[in-house]
Parts: sequence; structure tokens; C-alpha cells
Amino acid sequence: MSAVPVNIWIILASALVTYLTRCGGYLLLSRFRRIPPRVDAALNAVPAAVLATLVAPAAVFNGTAEALTLAACLVIGLRIPMMAMFAIGWALIVALRASGI
Amino acid sequence: MPLSDNEIRPRSELRRGVRDSLPIVAAAAPFGLLFGALAVDNGLSVGEAVLMSATVYAGASQMVGIELFGSEVAPWLIVFSVFAVNFRHVLYSAALGRKMGLIPGWRKAVAFFFLIDPQFAAAEARSEKGHPLTMAWFMGMALPIYLFWILEAWLGALFGSLIANPEIYGLDFLLAIYFLGLVLGFRGRANWLPVVLAASVGSVGAYFFVGSPWHVSLGALAGIAVAVVMPVRPEPESGEAENIPV
Repeated sequence: MSAVPVNIWIILASALVTYLTRCGGYLLLSRFRRIPPRVDAALNAVPAAVLATLVAPAAVFNGTAEALTLAACLVIGLRIPMMAMFAIGWALIVALRASGI
Repeated sequence: MPLSDNEIRPRSELRRGVRDSLPIVAAAAPFGLLFGALAVDNGLSVGEAVLMSATVYAGASQMVGIELFGSEVAPWLIVFSVFAVNFRHVLYSAALGRKMGLIPGWRKAVAFFFLIDPQFAAAEARSEKGHPLTMAWFMGMALPIYLFWILEAWLGALFGSLIANPEIYGLDFLLAIYFLGLVLGFRGRANWLPVVLAASVGSVGAYFFVGSPWHVSLGALAGIAVAVVMPVRPEPESGEAENIPV
């Protein structure tokens, strides 16, 4: 056991707790037979809520170029398909950063 | 249109899954490479970087992990930080598990290993369009992303210096744009606007007052709390499909 470096143990323990989070929610919920409406409403809100937390701070705590890019993507993303918005957003962030904003 | 079970052909499901993986493979590539490069920078060996990508398989938490490897932080605290960043997956498996009825027991246990953010979003979107979730589609999408992720950790660790300046190419910002697109894709859902606003304000506040990575769990809780207290309407499965391409 002492032959295995501590880094390996940290990585394997991290992998284990990560896997537990990935099946834990299912194991907890499968104990209920029917899902109450408010639990259902909560679960339906999960993806948009989680994903929004990955976007909003990126818009607020970076520079002007990043905030402008996300604002523009928000506006055009309501009108055009996502991959087109993604490509335009990529071009925008490169251009705005290059312009020194 | 929903397909009945006997119309599901594993081969076309698999192909469809592989096709759905392509934008994610492209979007994740810079992060996979960056992870490998930073891991070696923070004192991991090439083998350890690859092992981490292959076993943890969760980009943001891997980045947090190697940042702590570089400092003199207690091992349990590194593991706990990875757990905190990944805690959102509990919500994913809770939400998605009930839509995985076609996937039997032990295969479900395998599928959960691959339940990363984009895989979850794509599976939700696919199920929302009326397609039952099959193991063929799920693994068709998961395996290319996973294999490229491992390959990128290896390449990034070997050639870390090649992407010394990811900011110039905007690579560090691609995931934010990608996640924004996913948020917009869910706008057909009940209470979408109040949920997104609450989660956004909550995450910005938590980021400022508590710090990363807690803004993810706390912000999401704010959004989910709003959904719980909103009046429950008998949702007449609105015809507006979510427009998620993944």
C-alpha cells in the first residue's frame, strides 16, 4: 500500500465520490413509487438552474469582452440554432479580446 | 413523434448517439488538452493525469483538483472539493433515472458513470422530444466523448506548452457560451424564466460572498426553490419543442 503514491489514492477517491454523485440521486428517488408534483417541478427545473449558474458568473466576473459576448449570444440565441450561435460567439470573443476591450 | 419499442433499432440509435457526441467532442477538446497540460504543471505525472481523466471524468472538478494538488492541501480536502463541484450530478441522476426505464439494472450502473453535464442535457432533450432513452444511443454518445477526453489528457500532458495561451483563441470561454445555448434550449419548460433568473442571481451572489465552486450548488438551489414554490399547474405538455441540437 505504501508503494502506491498518495496522488493515486486521491485520484481514486475522487473518482469514487464522483461516481456516487452520479448514481446517488437515482438510488434515493427510486425508493418513492410516485413522484409528488412539487418534487417533479423541482426536478424539471434542475438542468436550466444548474446550467445558468455556470453562465451568469462567467458574464459578471470576467471582462467587458466576455460580458458583451454572452449578452450578444443571449439575444441571437433566442432566434437562431444553437451551433450557429456558438460559432458566432466564438468569433466574437476572439475579435473583442483582440481589439483590447 | 414517440417511437414504440419495436421501432427502436440499436444500430441507428448508436449512430444517432455518435452524431450527437460530435459537437461535445469538439467543444470539450480544448479543456481536455488544457487539463493534461495543467495537471503536469501542478506536479502530476503523465500517467496520473490520464488516470484522473479516465476515472473522475468531470472537467471542472478535475481542474479544481489539480489546482489543489499544486498547493499543500490535505488529501481529504481535495477529495471533498471534487465532491462539492460534482454534487450537481445527484440532481442529474435523480432527474434522468426515471427516464431510463428501458436500460436494465447493471447497464444503468454503467451508464451513470458517463453522466456528465452535456450527456445529461442531451439525454433530457432527447427524452423531451419523445425518444425513449436506449443504451445504444446513450453509449453511442458517451464513448466518443470519453475516449477523446482520455486521449486529450495524454496529449495535453505531453505537449502542454503548445497551448500556453488559450485566451488568445477564446478557448477558455467556449464552455460558457455552450452552456448559455443549453439554458436557452430549455426555455419551453414551466417556470423557465423565474428559475433561470433566480439561479443566475443566486450563483453570482454565492460566487461573490462564498466563492467557487459553491456558486453552482447554491445558485441551482435558488432556482429549484423558485420552481418548488411556484403554483403547480397541470402542465398540458406544450407543443413547443426544446430546440437543443445535442
